[in-house]
Amino acid sequence: MASVTLDNLQKTYPNGFKAIHGVDVDIQDGEFLVLVGPSGCGKSTLLRMIAGLETVTEGDLQIGGKRVNDLEPSQRDIAMVFQNYALYPHMTVYNNMAYGLKIMGLSKSEIEERVKNAAGILELTEEQLSRKPRQLSGGQRQRVAMGRAIVRKPSVFLFDEPLSNLDAKLRVQMRIEIKRLQESLGITSVYVTHDQVEAMTLGHRLMVLNEGRVEQLGTPIELYEQPASLFVAGFIGSPAMNMLKVEVSDDGKSVHIAKGIDLALENGGLQSHAGQNAILGVRPEHLDLAPGMDGALPLTVTLVEHLGADTLIHGHFGDDQTDLTVRVSGIETVKAGDILPVSITKDHTHLFDPSTEKRIAL
Amino acid sequence: MLKRVHFEPSVLPYLLVAPQIIVTVLFFLWPASQALYQSLIVEDAFGLSSEFVWFQNFEELFKDPLYWGSFQRTFVFSFLVAFLSMSLALILAVMADRVIKGSGIYRTLLIWPYAVAPAAAGALWFFIFDPTVGFIPYALQFFGYEWNHKLNGNEAMALVIFTASWKQIAYNFLFFLAGLQSIPKSLIEAAAIDGAGPTRRFWTIVFPLLSPTTFFLLVINVVYAFFETFGIIDAVTGGGPANATNILVFKVYNDGFVGLDLGGSAAQSVILMAIVIALTVVQFRFVEKKVAY
Repeated sequence: MASVTLDNLQKTYPNGFKAIHGVDVDIQDGEFLVLVGPSGCGKSTLLRMIAGLETVTEGDLQIGGKRVNDLEPSQRDIAMVFQNYALYPHMTVYNNMAYGLKIMGLSKSEIEERVKNAAGILELTEEQLSRKPRQLSGGQRQRVAMGRAIVRKPSVFLFDEPLSNLDAKLRVQMRIEIKRLQESLGITSVYVTHDQVEAMTLGHRLMVLNEGRVEQLGTPIELYEQPASLFVAGFIGSPAMNMLKVEVSDDGKSVHIAKGIDLALENGGLQSHAGQNAILGVRPEHLDLAPGMDGALPLTVTLVEHLGADTLIHGHFGDDQTDLTVRVSGIETVKAGDILPVSITKDHTHLFDPSTEKRIAL
Repeated sequence: MLKRVHFEPSVLPYLLVAPQIIVTVLFFLWPASQALYQSLIVEDAFGLSSEFVWFQNFEELFKDPLYWGSFQRTFVFSFLVAFLSMSLALILAVMADRVIKGSGIYRTLLIWPYAVAPAAAGALWFFIFDPTVGFIPYALQFFGYEWNHKLNGNEAMALVIFTASWKQIAYNFLFFLAGLQSIPKSLIEAAAIDGAGPTRRFWTIVFPLLSPTTFFLLVINVVYAFFETFGIIDAVTGGGPANATNILVFKVYNDGFVGLDLGGSAAQSVILMAIVIALTVVQFRFVEKKVAY
């Protein structure tokens, strides 16, 4: 068990491409940190740097208070679960898990005890232990890959998109198992994913990466309620947050959305951006149908999606053509062409500066 | 159910397979049957008379110590050629797999020897090792070693083994490199995290995963050493000195076309044919079943 500290960690490839632009984070002992971002954002590179599979060009990397920049992967006391599981195809499941332990020089009985123990935790049967990986299903291979990580009793678990090769149903199940496992073992974990649902459900804290830079670091709730930038706002939450180009009125007390449609701002408004453009972000679940309510905004419906539990209504405000999504729970009978009165829950609006793309604090 | 029209008789399929059938019959089946027939007759050197003798040619062959000597020599030769060319090719492939800069040039250069004709390769090595003009015997002289493969049978054998291996390295290299590149990188990384060093990773992960390639190449190389090294033997040593490099395939030619013992030569080629068939069966049986992981 150990903390992991990244201090201004940077990675520049020999061809001059800068993959990581300086990342600082203190991962607490036992914490589950999720690195999340679109493909090519550098999240896997960062994980591989922690694992020792990529060199660190600048900055310090500490595991358990010890600088490990120049240590081999095997000396860092980590275990990694790969996206394609990376099970040794010519070895039985048992030997796959025992491989690292044999290299450690443990006794036969110790190895057997650890493997059996891990198999028990992961519900792998005795019979499955003697099989080859190719004779297992995707979910079972995933368990073996985790088993291989557990038996080593590492200080840090590293997960590189471990669930992306599984089907949707299995992914939900394994996600819960990983969370349960991490909580029961209490091992510091770093988990890479591009799936924001996985990120939100698994992580104690999330680090959103974009083009090798940290966009925001915080708990799932913080990221959801206070996204620091347009990127985070658009990335976290499904369906994605609605973004409207608006003009702040000259007195800063309201924003102009479309012809004849204005929204009053809370807390005395936005003096700093008076008369300027801004971007208004509202999540689909914070737009409500409000028949007969004063100040409701007229939404022209273009498309309706019925999900059963929810109804997604797509449309736009007046002459503003930005497509908006409204999420209403239950089944709502509306059709394209209808004009619905919609209200915005005030404390759930987000304003962003269009030039810096950063959040404007109200 | 498929409709009957799908099976309407037509000449087209026969026309399409005809070229393949004609080539096979003309160049494989007919000569093979001729060899089988010839192995059962004795013919005089001028082809004026021939006599059907059943298996007398084979009987004489199995009684001939020269034939058994050649057999033994062929096995030693094949084993050493296969071992040398495969191990050197594997080392080169492992190194080429690690090269990042200029890997294309490096690989292309390593493949070149395969394009050299056997006789040309033979001539090349013949000159390099020539006791009179070659530079390697000259260099060996400084170490007090006198190289003369024209007199020393073991040296002659070593020389044809070098030459035959050199030519085959390129081919083996290509397959090993392709095999190495098909091993997922994450497996190597997983083994590195598990604490295995480069040597251990090679023997416990890479080498076992290459086993299908290795086995395929083993059969190919044995077949090559058995049958395709005629040009090299002929150009470098001519089977000599004193039969020291007279392997089976060279003996077939030598007995038949130089010694003009057509029946005995045909009997030898029938035995070689049986060996090829056996090797092919082994290859198909094993490659598909045993060596898969």
